[in-house]
Amino acid sequence: MTDRQWIWIAAACYLAGVVIGTIALARHRNQPASAIYAVVGAGFLLQTVGLYLRGLEVGGCPLGNTFELFQFTGWSATALYLVVGLTFRLSLLGYFTSLLSLMVTTISLAVPAWDVTRRVGVFGGNVWIEFHAAIALFSYGVFALLALTSIMFLLRNYSLKHKQLSGFFTFLPAIRELDHISVRLLTVGVVLLSASLLVGAAHWIRAFDTVNLAKLLITVAIWVAYGAALALRRKGALHGTRLSWICIWLFIAALVSVYPVNSSRNSDKIVPLAAHIEP
Amino acid sequence: MSETEPTLFVVGATHHTTPLEWRERLAVGPDKMAKVRDRLAALPGLQEFAVLNTCNRVEFYGVATEVITIEHLRASFCEIQNIDLEAFRALELCKTGCDAITHLTAVSAGLESQLIGENEIFGQVKTAYAEAQAGRSIGPVLHKVFQKTFQTAKQVRTQTAIAEGQVSIANVAVELATTIFGDLRDARVLLAGAGEIGEQAAKAFRSRGTTDLTVTSRTMGRAMSLAGQLDARAMPFEQLPHHIADFDVVVCATTAPGSILTRTVLTNAMRARPAAPLFLIDLALPRDIDPAAADIANVYLYNLDDLAKISAENRAARVAEVTKARDLIIAKSTLLWDALRRSGGRRN
Repeated sequence: MTDRQWIWIAAACYLAGVVIGTIALARHRNQPASAIYAVVGAGFLLQTVGLYLRGLEVGGCPLGNTFELFQFTGWSATALYLVVGLTFRLSLLGYFTSLLSLMVTTISLAVPAWDVTRRVGVFGGNVWIEFHAAIALFSYGVFALLALTSIMFLLRNYSLKHKQLSGFFTFLPAIRELDHISVRLLTVGVVLLSASLLVGAAHWIRAFDTVNLAKLLITVAIWVAYGAALALRRKGALHGTRLSWICIWLFIAALVSVYPVNSSRNSDKIVPLAAHIEP
Repeated sequence: MSETEPTLFVVGATHHTTPLEWRERLAVGPDKMAKVRDRLAALPGLQEFAVLNTCNRVEFYGVATEVITIEHLRASFCEIQNIDLEAFRALELCKTGCDAITHLTAVSAGLESQLIGENEIFGQVKTAYAEAQAGRSIGPVLHKVFQKTFQTAKQVRTQTAIAEGQVSIANVAVELATTIFGDLRDARVLLAGAGEIGEQAAKAFRSRGTTDLTVTSRTMGRAMSLAGQLDARAMPFEQLPHHIADFDVVVCATTAPGSILTRTVLTNAMRARPAAPLFLIDLALPRDIDPAAADIANVYLYNLDDLAKISAENRAARVAEVTKARDLIIAKSTLLWDALRRSGGRRN
C-alpha cells in the first residue's frame, strides 16, 4: 500500500468519528467519547503509518509540499487531542477533532496538484532546520485545536447569552473549562512556535542569505500575533469572545499562509512525485 | 382471576386519584406502621407483602393465595386508619399479575410521580423493600419482582431522557451554573436575600459541592441566621456593590422595590475580573438586577422567567419520553411475569 492509501484509510476513520458523533447528536444522546476516541486514535495511527512511509521515501520529515504540510498539521492536532482528550474529557472535542482531521486530510488528498511534486533538500541536510520546521508545524496543530476550542467557546457563549440550552448546546462543555483549555493551548502553541523560531534563528544568523524572506516574515507575523494574544490574555485585556474570534482567524491565516510559504521556496529543488497519486 | 391460585397484587391509593386531604388520612404514620405490618402478617393467605408509604402514595404489594385475602387486607387497613371501606375502594388502585409488576416499575422509574422522572421515589421503593426484608414479610416472588424492578428502573433512567434536565427553579439555576463553571466546588456563591427561594437555591448549590457560600440581606440578623443554617458567611448588605467581583455566582432574591445591582455596578465589578465569568440569578420580583447587565461581556444573567421557561422545557422533554419508557417497562414486566409463571407459579 502507498502512503496516500494509508492516509485515505485514516480519513475513513475520522469520517467514522464524525458519523458516530453526528448520530449521537441527532438522537440527543451524550457523545460516545470512548468510541470517538478509539476511531480518532485508529485514524491517527494509520496517518502516522502513511507519513512514516512518506518520510522513509523522502529521507526526512515529510514537509516538502502543501499536501505534506497539511497532513503534518492535521496529524499534530490529532496527536494533541489524543493527549488533551484523555486529560480534560471535554465533551464534543473528539467530535470536532474528527471533523477537523477529516477536512484537513481529505482536502489535501483531494487536491492532486498539492502532491504532484515536492521539494527536496529543503532543510539542506541540517537536522536542526528539520527540527525547527517540525516544531513549527506541530505548533500549528496546537493552534488548530485552539481554533476548535474557540469555536466551542463561541457556541457555548451564544447558548448562554441567548438562553438556548437544549439540543446540540446541551453537550457543550462549561464555558470556564473551555477558557482554561484555550489559554493552555495558546500558551503551549506560542512556546512551541517560539522554540521553533529560536532553533531556526540559530541557523539564519549564520547563513542569512539562505533565508526565505517571505516565509520568515509570515512565520514571525503569526508568532507575533499569537504572542500578543497570549500577553493580552494574561493581562486580562483580551478574553472571552474576542480572544476566541482572534484565535480562529489567526489559525485560518496560518493555514492559508502554508501554500504561499511553500510556493515561495526555491523552485530549483522541486522533484516530481507522480507515483504517489492514485489513478 | 382464579379463586384459589396465588396472586401477585398491588392495592393502594396514589396522588393520581386521591386528593391531598384523603392522602393525609391514608398515610401510615411511623407509630402505626408496626401495627399495620403485624395485622398484615397475621392475615391468612397473605404469603408475602411490602408496604410503600410516601407522601403521594400508600401501596401494598403482596402475594395472596386467595382473592379474598386482598379484601381482608383492605378491611384491615381501613380499620386501622379509621377510614370507610367503600370510600377507600372508590379511590383505590388495584392491579394484579403483570400489571402489578408494570406499576411497581413505573413507580420506581418516576413515571407515576408528580414530578415525572424524579429520583427520590427510587430510594423510597428501595426502603420499602429493605423494610419488608427486615420484617421477613418478603418471599421469593416479591424478592425477584423488586430486584428486577430496580434493574429496569435504572435502565429506564439511562436509556430514556425521563430523568434528564432539572425541573425545580433552584436546581435549574444550579444546572446552569455547571454549564458556566463545570465543577462547582470552587465556585464562590453569594446569596442576596434570606427568603425561601434564595435558601432553596443556596441549598441546591451546597448539594452540588459548593463550599464558599456567603449570605447577605437587608436585615443583617436574617442574613446571620440563614448563614448559620447554611454554614455560610454573612455579609452586610451595604457592602454588596463593592464585593460583587469576589463572587462567581450571585443569587438575588430580595424584596427590594428596585434594582440593587445596576449595570454600572456590574460593569465596574467586571473590570476587576474581566476574564472570569459572572453568573447572575435574579429570583426576585420586582427584579433585583438591571436587565441591561446581560449585555456585559462574560456576564450571564437569568431571571425567574428564564429559569421557569427552562424548567417547563425540561418537564415537556420528560413527558415526551414517557411513552418510550412505558414501552420498555411493559416489555421487561412481561418477560418477568412469564418467567414467574414458568418457574412455579404465581398467577393472575
